[in-house]
Amino acid sequence: MSGERTAVVGIGQTRHAAVRADVSMAGLVREAALRALEDAEMTWADIDAVVIGKAPDMFEGVVMPELYLADALGAVGKPMMRVHTAGSVGGSTALVAAGLVQGGIYERVLTVAYEKQSESDAMWGLTVPMPFTAPLVAGAGGYFAPLIRAYMARSKAPDHIGMMVAVKDRKNALRNPYAHLHLPDIDMKMVEDSPMLWEPLRYLETCPSSDGACAMVIASERVADAAPRPPAWIHGHAMRSEPTMFAGRDQVNPQAGLDCAADVYKQAGITDPRAELACAEVYVPFSWYEPMWLENLGFCAEGDGWKLTEAGATAFEGDIPWNPSGGVLSSNPIGASGMLRFAEVALQVRGLAGEHQVADAHKALGHAYGGGSQFFAMWIVGSDKP
Amino acid sequence: MRDVAIVAFAQSKHVANDAEHNEVEILMPVVSDAVEQSGIARHDLGFVCSGSCDYLIGAPFSFVSALDAIGAWPPVSESHVEMDAAWALYEAWVRLQHGDIDSALVYGFGKSSLGDVSEIMSLQLDPYYLAPLWPDTVSLAALQARAHLATSGRSERDLAAVVARSRKAALDNPNAVRAEDRSIDDILAEPTIASPLREADCPPVTDGAAAIVLAAGDLVRQVSKRPAWIRGIDHRIETHSIGARDLAVSSSTSLAGEKADAFSATPDVAELHAQFSHEELILRDALGLDGAVVNPSGGPLAANPVMAAGLVRIGEAASRISHGGAGRAIAHATSGPCLQQNLVCVLEGD
Repeated sequence: MSGERTAVVGIGQTRHAAVRADVSMAGLVREAALRALEDAEMTWADIDAVVIGKAPDMFEGVVMPELYLADALGAVGKPMMRVHTAGSVGGSTALVAAGLVQGGIYERVLTVAYEKQSESDAMWGLTVPMPFTAPLVAGAGGYFAPLIRAYMARSKAPDHIGMMVAVKDRKNALRNPYAHLHLPDIDMKMVEDSPMLWEPLRYLETCPSSDGACAMVIASERVADAAPRPPAWIHGHAMRSEPTMFAGRDQVNPQAGLDCAADVYKQAGITDPRAELACAEVYVPFSWYEPMWLENLGFCAEGDGWKLTEAGATAFEGDIPWNPSGGVLSSNPIGASGMLRFAEVALQVRGLAGEHQVADAHKALGHAYGGGSQFFAMWIVGSDKP
Repeated sequence: MRDVAIVAFAQSKHVANDAEHNEVEILMPVVSDAVEQSGIARHDLGFVCSGSCDYLIGAPFSFVSALDAIGAWPPVSESHVEMDAAWALYEAWVRLQHGDIDSALVYGFGKSSLGDVSEIMSLQLDPYYLAPLWPDTVSLAALQARAHLATSGRSERDLAAVVARSRKAALDNPNAVRAEDRSIDDILAEPTIASPLREADCPPVTDGAAAIVLAAGDLVRQVSKRPAWIRGIDHRIETHSIGARDLAVSSSTSLAGEKADAFSATPDVAELHAQFSHEELILRDALGLDGAVVNPSGGPLAANPVMAAGLVRIGEAASRISHGGAGRAIAHATSGPCLQQNLVCVLEGD
């Protein structure tokens, strides 16, 4: 990775829930930010700059909410930026914050991402009719279901793989006190019996709508060396985007994802991600995206992703656990979902993931994607300096 | 800091209502123009960053559509801020500090004619306590204008003088929406719409886009004869609560100016993102601009493509250095009600 060494020294997240009526949007982001500061043993005064991200303003109906949230996040008198890159935004936001440290501009940057879906309507927000544009009246699930069917046809994956992912991630969530969904009785039968929403996706194969926020303090080497708890060093990070409307795209296995992964692996010196990484937190909002991203991220050959899932390789006890926190399938405050992935792998390499700590987690991959599978943000963090 | 320079700038011919083109169609030729001017092959650009606002067209993901315009294939390293594109330029400048890439494309765009910007921007306000009252942008600006006049000793005549000078200067700007030679007395004869502001004190509704190419390292000399070097860039935000601020001044502009080293020498020219006449006076005070030519393009009073207007200021200031003989220029961008958040960029020639 180029530039200054950069590390995560503080992490905080809210309890995620369908409705957090006990807090305003400001209260929600502040809850996560205060926990990150507490973890870093810092106060608001220690922070040089604030970078905030969330999904479309149209979800909550607040235009450029960073303006209103400046006070709640202690940003008054400081630089504040607002990132928006669709579903990948939580990841991109962390990368913009890390970039300020990496570029030598600041030493302690607070980054926060959130969504308060109970005060919004994502389905409406994604479905505003526009002239000359085909309306997406089915929300994100309706957009991705055909891509999943294409994947199933290509890879000859059996029908039950998606349900396996749904069960696995919800079981992992039982280890995570912050997760929105805690379903102690989850099993294949319960998933199979849930209503079909978008063939082949059943209700329990989709992510919930959550209120929640995530925050991190990202710091320079000098600050990280003096941090009270182990830092998570950033070994590589990248963003990639490709157009929506382009006949040459492969939306099932997008080039932007392949390129982004290749870039981040090169920076981190990874040649065999399955062997060299301890775990991964990958943006899987619909069950079938686990096998699809296993292939896109190079954890196996194209067409073999579902075999890893089926063999239990990605389970908590497997050789390459994916989403030990429970993932997006268990908590989905949209704008924060990407940052949660990035933060969870940082927790893993810091050894602070509690009940969902993976053993010997020295290096891990955080991943987020958005739009029509066209925006990607990734980082690799490690317990040792790069 | 690594030296970074503006090596190309392009903007649309701004219009009040571009009914024939959508945002992407306005943007596309502007991006092509900037990239062509830079002489850097599109696929060699190391980073792309943009600024836009979904609420202008009333649908999510304006920037997603824009990505179709810039030729993002093979896939590009790209990011977006839901802020004026001046902040996208800041992000790109930071990215160039990492040292692994030498160029970046920045663009911003907005089609304000599709809605009532003054009303839309009231949705920027605290959603629980302020937005439900629907205070529109012009009314809030009038509160600030009143506060400034009350403490500065300036009068409505001073506001009208800003308007007269800006729109007269815009007669030389082929991209201006509103350019006219009008006397101060004629402006003062207009009724106020939100006292002390008149319609003339407000920016024209504008559809438009702008793009800038940044370069660093040896690449700057290879592609530009007279680059506009970014000597300092910083931005600061103030409290959102208008009642808790001293509206007569802009403390965040002064602070950003100090951090960007704006006060070490007098600039030849300044381009200020002053959407209302009184904002120019407040910003002049905040940046100590006595002696500088301010808004020779006419500024936002002549053309105000929302989400690109701040970036246009940086581009216009850079153009004065690259093509107009200026040695040092200051550009300013703002966001939020009553100048809540401000960015200052100091540019110099060789």
